[in-house]
Amino acid sequence: MNNLLMLPVILPFAVGALLILLVRYRKTQRMISALTSFAMLGIAIFLAYEAYTTGVITLEFGNWTAPFGIVFVADLFSTFMVLLSAIVGVVCLFFAFNTLHSEREKFYFYPFYFFLLTGVNGAFLTGDMFNLFVFFEVMLLSSYALIVIGGTKYQLRESFKYAVINVFASILFLVGLAYLYGITGTLNMAHLAVRVGELEQTGALQIVAMIFFLVFAMKGALFPLYFWLPRSYYGPPSAIAALFGGLLTKVGIYAIIRSFTLIFIHDPDFTHTFILWVAGFTMFFGVLGAVSQFDFKRILSYHIISQVGYMVMGLGLYTRIAIAGAIFYIAHHIIVKTALFLFAGATEKITGTTDLKKMGGLLKTHPWLAWMFFISALSLAGIPPLSGFFSKFPLIRESLVIESYGIATVALVVGLLTLFSMIKIFVYAFWGEQAHSKEQASVSVTKLLFAIVPLVALTIILGFAAEPVFNYSLDVADQLLNPEIYINSVLGE
Amino acid sequence: MEILMFIVIGVLFAVGTYMLLNRSLLRVIVAIMMLSHGAHLLILTMAGLNADAPPLEHMADGGYTDPLPQALILTAIVISFGITAFLVVLGYRTYKVHNTDDLEKLRGSADE
Repeated sequence: MNNLLMLPVILPFAVGALLILLVRYRKTQRMISALTSFAMLGIAIFLAYEAYTTGVITLEFGNWTAPFGIVFVADLFSTFMVLLSAIVGVVCLFFAFNTLHSEREKFYFYPFYFFLLTGVNGAFLTGDMFNLFVFFEVMLLSSYALIVIGGTKYQLRESFKYAVINVFASILFLVGLAYLYGITGTLNMAHLAVRVGELEQTGALQIVAMIFFLVFAMKGALFPLYFWLPRSYYGPPSAIAALFGGLLTKVGIYAIIRSFTLIFIHDPDFTHTFILWVAGFTMFFGVLGAVSQFDFKRILSYHIISQVGYMVMGLGLYTRIAIAGAIFYIAHHIIVKTALFLFAGATEKITGTTDLKKMGGLLKTHPWLAWMFFISALSLAGIPPLSGFFSKFPLIRESLVIESYGIATVALVVGLLTLFSMIKIFVYAFWGEQAHSKEQASVSVTKLLFAIVPLVALTIILGFAAEPVFNYSLDVADQLLNPEIYINSVLGE
Repeated sequence: MEILMFIVIGVLFAVGTYMLLNRSLLRVIVAIMMLSHGAHLLILTMAGLNADAPPLEHMADGGYTDPLPQALILTAIVISFGITAFLVVLGYRTYKVHNTDDLEKLRGSADE
């Protein structure tokens, strides 16, 4: 039973390796990858259910007991993230079938797609700092390949910077690991949590904590380390940009939340207040970037930054309801942001551009697309009764309860500016004079909409059925705020 | 021995940082290599250098070297090897397409 825990990592890896051999057979590739992505969704649902009913599942590789061997740990948080990544995995794949240029498919798109999912799932499930590094690298190396696939001039120029920045972050990660191992003598997360508690989180350990925060902040695009994100997410085709926008930054956020609710929790006055400040700046500057842009994809990319801020804000407030809000926000964001990037892809397929000033009048020719986009845009901005409202509400309420009025104000203003920039997209792209030709008006996007409908439905469901989901988030938060559960199940008291 | 290692690491990081801020694509790649070497040496040193002792417990007469950091470095070296290879190819392709390896000229303009 426990061995099932390997499947979200092993399955995409094996399938990815197989698809390298089948790279010439397009139909076979598509069929295998579609089946695999559904299988992964099934496994993820099963794992989430198991972790919910039976508690934390651990797997010790080769029966080497916990602090010495490699462990995989599936608690509520990690299985939830695996489930979300499986959903995004299915949807982006089906969108890619219909939009991706066949040249790109031949250049090993599917293998890298699955290697990326391997890295993402591995990073969620691992219970070991060094394996976190390894899975980060698996994920990043495939993301370098995916971001440059196709090799246009723009992509080559920006991917080089993207790659260098992320490699630099990985080197810092290694430095942090070296110090951590030198000080505590272990890299197993549960064991680390115990050791850091014994040694007291002062002096050198505080610096290590900040190095890790810096590394994860670079991957999660927090202030002031977000500058690489909008440019590099603009380059690749929308199916890939959606996968990145939905998943990649969230892996950094996952790592921050994991390490600052499990390991470095002994000086919250310093660390979590610092995180709260960073969150405020991230939200604010991210949304300012979005307001200043006039390009569909760029606005969405800047929004990723501001919304990552909300998730970290939940961690910075560090109360039960705030962390539950952050978990809910992650779910909401992964779903809605992926959907919005796919909408960008659909409009790009019709009009051939992502520049808002060259668009207009899509509402008349493609009403379904327009209204579904409208729903997602409102959800992103946090209009009730969609999921965005119910994920922001607990965060803002909680910040008022513990009297951090500054962050509450920032969060409210950012929500308003988000609404403003989403409405800007809607006004420029869907209202107004028809800017596209008759041929473009007759382009059918029904197939593409089929890929997006599940996401739009999910955001509506998350809104109308907010209570059960929020209760689940509260359970996740309870588990995160009681690290003993995690520690005991790994080290086996 | 530790002091010497830390000086070496410091020099590697200093040179790496200096070259990372350079304008040439190739030098940035070399800088990444230097920085990762520095990080690998740091892992080795931070775990405690125990000269003359094998990393095997049953062969040890008085103490043994911790084998874990060596395993970690092996993994890290393989990863950095792969990444360096990828960066070299990426840099070469960028140079071919843009006809320059000057990062100043590879800056994107705001309105494109």
